Parts: sequence; structure tokens; C-alpha cells
Amino acid sequence: MLQNVHSFRVAKVEKRRALSDERLRGFLREMLLIRRFEEKVEERFRAGELPGFLHVAIGQEAVAVGVCNAMEDGDVFASTHRAHAHTLARGTHPNALMAELYGKLEGCSHGYGGSMHLYDVERGNLGANAVVGGGLPAIVGAGLAFKLRDEPRVAVAFFGDGATNTGTFHESLNLAELWKTRCVFVCENNEWAESTPGWQHSPVFDDMSKRAVAFDMRSIKVDGQDVEEVYDRAREALEHARSGEGPVFLDVETSRMHGHYIGDPQVYRSKEDRDEAAERDPIVLLRERLGVGDEDWDALETEVHEIVEASVEFAKSGTDPQPEDALKNIYA
Amino acid sequence: MPELSYREAVRDTLAAAMRADDDVFVMGEDIAEMGGSMGVTQGLFDEFGPERVRNTPISEMAIVGAGIGAAMQGMRPVVEIMYEDFLTLSMEQLVNQAAKHRYMSGGQLKVPLTIRTQGGAGWSPGAQHAQQLEAWFVHVPGLKVAFPSTPADARGILWSAIYDDNPVIVFEHRLLYPIKEQVPEKIEPIPLGKARIVQEGTDVTVIAIGPLVHRSVAAAKEAAEDGISVEIVDPRTLQPLDVETLVASVKKTNRAVVAHEAVTRGGFGAEVAAVLQAEAFDWLDAPIERVGAKFAPLAFAPAMEQFVIPQPADVLAAIRKTVGRGD
Repeated sequence: MLQNVHSFRVAKVEKRRALSDERLRGFLREMLLIRRFEEKVEERFRAGELPGFLHVAIGQEAVAVGVCNAMEDGDVFASTHRAHAHTLARGTHPNALMAELYGKLEGCSHGYGGSMHLYDVERGNLGANAVVGGGLPAIVGAGLAFKLRDEPRVAVAFFGDGATNTGTFHESLNLAELWKTRCVFVCENNEWAESTPGWQHSPVFDDMSKRAVAFDMRSIKVDGQDVEEVYDRAREALEHARSGEGPVFLDVETSRMHGHYIGDPQVYRSKEDRDEAAERDPIVLLRERLGVGDEDWDALETEVHEIVEASVEFAKSGTDPQPEDALKNIYA
Repeated sequence: MPELSYREAVRDTLAAAMRADDDVFVMGEDIAEMGGSMGVTQGLFDEFGPERVRNTPISEMAIVGAGIGAAMQGMRPVVEIMYEDFLTLSMEQLVNQAAKHRYMSGGQLKVPLTIRTQGGAGWSPGAQHAQQLEAWFVHVPGLKVAFPSTPADARGILWSAIYDDNPVIVFEHRLLYPIKEQVPEKIEPIPLGKARIVQEGTDVTVIAIGPLVHRSVAAAKEAAEDGISVEIVDPRTLQPLDVETLVASVKKTNRAVVAHEAVTRGGFGAEVAAVLQAEAFDWLDAPIERVGAKFAPLAFAPAMEQFVIPQPADVLAAIRKTVGRGD
């Protein structure tokens, strides 16, 4: 599935399995929590409880968990319209996230943002962006600030393959490499830009590393369904950026198991393509790798189920903003 | 009191802020060794070096966006956009990102970013280098917009913009750069949202911004010869707007003209006129007159360009109309 890139700028990927089973079990738990959270979001949206429209990250959990666990305190990131997984993986409480999806003051953006504008500045979340590619330039600026102040911090941009066709993507990567800002660019290539397949939107859809090569940026190819590999490669990228040697492009191959948005009938997508995505379910793969038996699995499911149910309860009993709160927070 | 040109006043303020504060830095196209296309940043590179006076690629989205990101980390970047026409390229970052991060985060973030830009007609730069687009940004909650018309105002307003915790777009005008005046020894910050009474008068208030302040002064001199006493008010900041000072002036003179170089239709003057009729309707003795550019792009040929943009004679005609002495 993964293509080899014949470029000297692409780092050699050597498999080094340094993570303990205990750590990986922790990742499994986080990934399962995201999965069940997203399924609950789908359910509550269909029940008519959630306003707006929503994009779930089912199938892409390993990217979020791998990258976010590799980040250090003080690192910052910008997310995308598909932001729930990044937000949870970086430590925002499920209650605060679910409350935001219900539009409550207790939400992580206090009801001002919603699913596509999740913020949690204390945990480095500088905002999910509803404009594809919109968040990249500010990440370059954050990475520039870290460089100017000589702080050992890194700014991380998540974005999808669709974003690689935006002007902000090209301008941002160019500027980041030119100025050696402390940035990591995480391209979550799920091969769908909404309903448009990669082959219809990019001449290099099967090898996004070529985008980075154009800017002379270090690039690392990653199997995004293997959380351990994501974590390892993200550590490597973050340390490179942190050292001041320059930004890194993480070319992550992943799979969107559900539609672009909740309710998307995916009329544009073949059954084979969906089946292929399901076969690469990162949670199934990790469970198999760790050999988690039914009893342990059931216990994990129960634990996660309770957390998700509690988040819905928390959100439903949250505080509705007053209409006139809409006039607050416009200016500092 | 030193005498500074408008250009020197901007430069002086940037240098003072950079000397006072390591978090202030400037970036933009050709601003380093060249000193900017208008020469505003000349000398800053020599004093502060390439880390703090950053020449950028021609990438308006990334320059503005990088400013946003550095600002969200607590720095106070000043981004120069060479011509305000090029703000169109960074519109997404300004409108969707800079203006909204604080709001969408429910108050968690601040974006203390300053954008400096310049434009304006009168020297045949043509349709893509001469527009006056300030009104667009007044329409966006979350942005502040300023347009100083004199060296002293440029200094005090730019200082306040740099130290404001919100994104502020400061418009300069190409033809104002050589204007000189005595300025205070020490920079005196001018609060954003505070208008200046340029000259007092009793018969009509002209609310003018940018170069139209000066063209209105010229028109007022001619009006005075006809015995018309003109009060001129320069809002200096368009958002926030000093409604109180504008309304008080109009309640005194009972007549109003609004004047800017930007296209009249949908211009900032339309907003001011609407505010005035709402706040001072019973005091008005005549319809509010608007002075601005005709609804046309700016042509290259000087005769066409000068025809489109408002001249002192246009302001004078509007003044005369409000006092019932129009043709």
C-alpha cells in the first residue's frame, strides 16, 4: 500500500519497536475511546441533539493518538474540520469536547466554536479550522516565535490531502523551510477530499512526499494505521524540528472509514474502497498485535463506554449560553 | 519638538517599539535592505538585523498567517503588506483567522497583530496599486481599522496598534508620506477610537479620512472665502469609531459631509452617514453629502485617474450643497 519515495530527502524508515506493551495498551484505550466517542456523536447527531454539522475521524484514530502522544508539554497544534480525535488525543476531557458539540458554556470553546473550531489553549490546541488549509500559516508563525525566542517547542499542523492543493499549504511549507521554523506538518492522506478521490485532485496523490520535496523539506513516510509507527516517526520529526534543524513533513497514509460528514451517503465511493478501509482498521490491527483477549477487551469497552456516556450526561446538563453572550469575546 | 515626515513618523515608531520590546518584529516584502517599496523601513535592517526585520517571499497569505501565529504566542509582529490591493491575497487569513480566533476560542486567545499597508491614487499606479479598501475590513467583527492622516497621528496610532491585543490594520496613503509636521519629542499613544477635530467651524462638519482630510482643509479655505465656516473631524480609527465626537460636531453644525478617497458606493462614508442620521436626525438641516471616488477602477492615464478620485472641488461642492448654496 505504501509507496517508496526515491528521494534523498526522505528519511529511511527503520522499524524500531521501542514501546512497551503497556504503553501500547494505553494507546489502544485512547483509540477506542475516540472511536466510541465518534460513534456516540454520530448517534446523537442523528437523534437531532447536535446542531451544525460534524465530521468524525473514524479510521484515523492512530494518527491522532500517535502524533499527539509524541508531542511534549508546550508544543502547540492546529487541527482541521475533522478535529475530535486530535483534541481528545491531546488531553482535552471528553466532557469538555462533548459539551462543545452541544453548544454549552462548559465546552472547550465555551460554545463559540463548535465541532470545527475546537480550542484548548492550555493543552496547546490553537484551534480546529473549517477552512481547508487555513490553519497552516499560523503554525508557521508559532514555530517562528519558538525559534525567535529560542524555546524548545514545536508547532504541529494537521491537514488532509485535500489541503495540499491550497495556496496556504504551499506558501506555508515554503516559508517554514526557508526560515527553519520549528514546525511539523502532518498530512493525513485519507485519499478523499470530501467526495473527490485523490486521483482527481492531485497529480501526486499516491505520494504526497513529493510535495515536501518541492520545498526541500525533510519528509517521512508513515503507515497511519500503525499507531506505533506513527508515534515513532512523529517523535523523530518533532525532535528534528525542536532542535532547530528545520521543519518536517509527515506523509501519513490513513483511511477514512466513514463519510466526509455524518450522514454522507458516500454515493461516490465503491463498496470495495470502503471494505479496504475497514480491513485497515487501526484499532483491530493494534488489538491483534497486542493479543488482547475477549475478557480484557470487554473490560476496556466497558470503561470507555462509561466515559462516553458520562460525557453526554455532562454535556446535556451543561449551561446554555445567553443569546447576548454572542457579543462577548469579539475583542480582547 | 522634532519635525518628522509621515514616512519618518512610521519608521520612528517601529524603531521605538523594537527598541523597547524584543517581542516586536517586522516582516514583509522588500522591507529589509531595500527599506520597503515606499522607503518606510529604511535603516531598520541595519539597526535590528535580519531576525527582526524579516524579508519575506511574495506570500501574503503566509506572511499574514505567520504574523497571526507569532501573535498568538504573545509576540507583537508588524506585517507590512506592500500595497493594500494585495490584502486581497491575505483576505482569508485576516477575515477567517485573525478576526475570529479570539471569538471562536471563547476568549482563550489574543491576536496582537498589526498590519501596515498603503495605497491610494494620484500618481498613476493603475487599477491594482491604488485602491482604497479600508471599508471592507470595518465590516468584519474582530478587526480594528485605522487610517492616520498626519505624522503625529501616524506615530501615536501605530504605537497603540502595536500594543493593542487585537489585530489592527493600519492604512497609510502614498501621497501622505512626504507630509511633515512638528511632533512631540516622545511618542504619545493615541487611543484607538478617538477622533481628532482638525479645525473648528460652525456651519457644516466634514468627516474625512486619509488624504481627504487634507483635501477638505483646502476646500474649507475656499468655503471660508464665501463665509462658510467648516468644521473638519478626522475619525483616525474607523473601527472602533468615535461616534460621540462625530455626533457632537454634527449636532453643533447641523450639516455633514463624509469624505474619503475610496469608492463612494458601499464606502466607509455610508456607514458614517447611517450612524449620523440615526443619532442626530433631528439636528440635521440638510441631507448628508458623501464624497468619494466614482464607481470605476482607477485608470492609468492621469486625466482619467484624477477624474475618478475626489478633489478639493468635490468636497467644496458638497459643503456648498449642504448649506444651500449649491448650483
